[in-house]
Amino acid sequence: MLAGMTTNVVFGLLRVAILVAALKAANGEIADYDIAAANTYVWIGQGLLGFVLLWGTNELAERVRSGDVVVDLYRPWHLQGALLAEDVGRGGYAFLTRLAPPMLLGMLVFPFQFPASPYQWPLFLVSAVIALVTCFGCRFLVEVSAFWLLDNRGLYGFWNISSGLLCGLTVPIAFFPEWAREALWMTPFPALVQAPIDVFLGHGSVVKLLLYQLFWAAVVLALGHLALQRAVRKVVLQGG
Amino acid sequence: MADVIYPRLIGARLRSQMSYRASFAMDFVTQVIAQWYELIVILILFTQINALGGFTRNEVLLMYAFAGAAFGVADLFAGQLDNLPTYIRTGSFDVLLMRPLGTLPQIMCSDIRLRRIGRITGALAVMIYALTHVPIEWTPAKVVLAIATPIAGSVIYSSVWVVACSVCFWIVEGREFANAVTYGSNAFTSYPINVYSRPLRWVMAFIVPGAFVAYYPSLALLGKQDPLGLPGWVGWTSPLVAALAAVVAGLVWRFAVRHYRGTGS
Repeated sequence: MLAGMTTNVVFGLLRVAILVAALKAANGEIADYDIAAANTYVWIGQGLLGFVLLWGTNELAERVRSGDVVVDLYRPWHLQGALLAEDVGRGGYAFLTRLAPPMLLGMLVFPFQFPASPYQWPLFLVSAVIALVTCFGCRFLVEVSAFWLLDNRGLYGFWNISSGLLCGLTVPIAFFPEWAREALWMTPFPALVQAPIDVFLGHGSVVKLLLYQLFWAAVVLALGHLALQRAVRKVVLQGG
Repeated sequence: MADVIYPRLIGARLRSQMSYRASFAMDFVTQVIAQWYELIVILILFTQINALGGFTRNEVLLMYAFAGAAFGVADLFAGQLDNLPTYIRTGSFDVLLMRPLGTLPQIMCSDIRLRRIGRITGALAVMIYALTHVPIEWTPAKVVLAIATPIAGSVIYSSVWVVACSVCFWIVEGREFANAVTYGSNAFTSYPINVYSRPLRWVMAFIVPGAFVAYYPSLALLGKQDPLGLPGWVGWTSPLVAALAAVVAGLVWRFAVRHYRGTGS
């Protein structure tokens, strides 16, 4: 865990340095971000990364490939619901070990933009939890694809490579050119990292952000449910 | 003996990976995209600004490309060291020690992944673009420097990789510490180092000699003054720094292996 924290903090420091250098080159402000906001953005992002578990394990897909998934399917539960419950539980622990430490570091050591009103704290928490559920839904879709692809490592690798940029972890989405910004906000990606950060920083309307997140959480969970239902009909048991 | 075994080992690895063409092609493309992740970040930042730390977009791209190409080559050969904790934990490092060959070259040749050439290709493409789009007064010496820089850089990165992974002989789950240094220094060296705060710069640019991978050679090529005040000839010293780093890495590795104790199983 300590080793994971070191990596997290090193990359946080690097990203802060580059964003701050960019801000200095632009007279201190780019698209609503000043130096305090950029620091806040980076340290919340470094925390959310582990809290929503942007880069998961692909374990379910491996179980599909090996056939072990049959054991999961014949248990008297809804597989997606059970895994979601497990992930929310993991999130409770990750809140203390992954989300809180980088945020505290940011608050104590760096210029930090605290929310203007106290209501933003609980709203940020709500937004972060929806982000966790949405992220679970996206990862579940990637993993369930193994029922059709058998080897989903290509898709899984592609998710791992591109999600950091698309969800606004590396560069704030507000820095993107307008066409990219508009296109991205039509996808679920910003719901995973950028939306909770925007709620915390007070960028944009909170109600709109939360509704946007809820919409995508519902869509990806529903898609995952449908995909699983169809996949189950495809499963062939080889002997036993 | 070793000069016959290693080419054969590497040849066997390469043939086995080329046998699944479609899978290889997809992996290759994924690696090119992975390399261009930072490129996209730089391009996005430069839609908002004109200069970063006093360097134009193409100058930053040159540093990023040098760093990327060097890291790609180092990853190809030294990336296998990430498996070292598994060797140590399971005791299979004993097997390497029993063979009449060096432990380090054995690990380096153990699992060469050809798809990593995708990373190198992605970086080389940007390097060619950047070299033809930045103002350089070409001389024969500068041509040599442009070619030597990624080679020296890959030796520096590989040395860093060896030293960082040697930690695993004492802390078995030390891989993430090592990754903070190896992958971290790739991210670090992709940008002009004068944008970083002083403590970070000291650790990542001079103790870990990241500044000599891309930053100083690029300054020498561009004929620019170092904003941090080091003289111009520093940009030509990367091969020396690389040689020094390799010697240090060799000594650290030897020291670490002496401290290895088998798990007894």
